[in-house]
Amino acid sequence: MSNTINIDGQTIPFQEGQTIIEAATAAGVYIPHLCHKPGYTPHGSCKLCTVNVNGRNCSACTFPAAEGQNIINNSRELTHDRQKITQMLFVEGNHLCPSCEKTGNCQLQAVAYQLNMVDNHFPHFYPHREMDASHPDILLDHNRCIFCNLCVRASAEKDGKNVFAISGRGINKHLIVNSASGKLKDSAIDINDCAAHVCPTGAILIKRTGYQVPIGQRIYDHQSISTVALTQEQEHGE
Amino acid sequence: MANKIRVATTSLAGCFGCHMSFLDLDERLVALAELVEFDRSPLTDIEHCSSTCDIGLIEGGVCNSENVHVLREFRKNCKILVAVGACAINGGLPAMRNSFSLEECLLEAYRDGIGVENAQIPSDPELPLLLDKVRPIHEVVKIDYFLPGCPPSADVFWSFLSDLLEGREPNLANELIHFD
Repeated sequence: MSNTINIDGQTIPFQEGQTIIEAATAAGVYIPHLCHKPGYTPHGSCKLCTVNVNGRNCSACTFPAAEGQNIINNSRELTHDRQKITQMLFVEGNHLCPSCEKTGNCQLQAVAYQLNMVDNHFPHFYPHREMDASHPDILLDHNRCIFCNLCVRASAEKDGKNVFAISGRGINKHLIVNSASGKLKDSAIDINDCAAHVCPTGAILIKRTGYQVPIGQRIYDHQSISTVALTQEQEHGE
Repeated sequence: MANKIRVATTSLAGCFGCHMSFLDLDERLVALAELVEFDRSPLTDIEHCSSTCDIGLIEGGVCNSENVHVLREFRKNCKILVAVGACAINGGLPAMRNSFSLEECLLEAYRDGIGVENAQIPSDPELPLLLDKVRPIHEVVKIDYFLPGCPPSADVFWSFLSDLLEGREPNLANELIHFD
C-alpha cells in the first residue's frame, strides 16, 4: 500500500489516522490555520485550513487523509476565501494592532500578512467586550478572542482544569471562565498552564512580558507564518 | 507641469504620523516631485481639491461631521482614493473610544477627568459634531487601495506610488504588509 495523497500536484505520504493537515505539515506543505495545533484534538472552527478534496471543500485539520485524494491547497479561489474569513475575524472583534502588545507575535495578524490582506473589507462590529485584568499574572482581553477554542482544549486536555469554555451561540458567543465570580483570579489557572500560553491572538496575555522583545524584532516581523508554523509543528513530531 | 500627476492628501481622525512617514521618503521626494504635483494637502495649505486630482491619500478614520465632508470632497475630486494607515483602514487608536458612549467620552474629557477646571462641554456651533463611533473610511466612501501600517513605512508609499506612476497595478510585497 502506497498511502499517498496529492496536494497541488505533489505526492505526499500519510500514515493511517493522520488528518490532511498533519500529513501536509510532515511533508513541509503549509496550510493556513488558527484553531489547529498539533497535539490538540481537532476543532475545525476557524475554517482557514479549508482545502478542496476531490471537488469538495473541507477542513484539512479534521478531514482524514485517504488514498486517492486529489487536494487543492494553493489556489486564488481558496486564498480569496481564506482572506475573507480572516477579514470577518478582524471586524467581528476589536483587533487594533498598534495598541496590542501581541503585535508581531500574533498568529491572526501573521495569517493576514500571509494572505496579503491589506484591509478589513467588511463593516466593523466594534462589539462591546470586557477585559478581565483580575488575575495577578494573566490578562484576559475578550476584545481579541476569535473563539478558536485552543485555551478551552489546553485547559481541559493539557492542564486537567477546565478553566475555559465557550458559551452562547452566533453573535452572542463568548469565552467564559470557570469560577464562582466568572473572574480569572478566582479560577484554577496558573501562569505555567498551557492555557495561559496557547492563545494565537492577544486575548490571553502574560502580564509584564509584553515589551521584552521590541516591536520590529518579533516572530512574524521578518518571517512568514508559513515558515514559522512548519518549523515549530514539524519539531512537534506530527 | 501640466502633465504632472496631481496628488491630494489629508489627515482626518489621524495623528499626522502617516504624513510624517511619507516625508521619510527623503531624497526620493526629489524624484517624486518630477512626476507629481501636490493639490489640497497640509503640505501645500491648499484648502480645497481641484476637480482634476489623480490620487487622494487619506490618513485617519472618520470621527466627526467635518471628516465626512472632507472625505466626500476627496472622493468627488480624486480618480483614485487611498486609505493610508491603520486609522483609515479600521479606525485605529481613535476607534478605541468606540467601547464607550459619546456621552461618557465627553464627560470624562471635559467634566469628570483629572485636572479639569471650569468644566463645560464644548458646544460652539463652529465645532464639527462628533459621530457616535469612529469609523474606517471605506464605510463612508468607496476606497480603491489600502496601505496598512501604523504608519505605513516610506517604502510602502514608494512601492505604491512607483507602481501607480509606472502604470502597474499596485501590489505590496509581502514584507511591506504590517499592521503596526
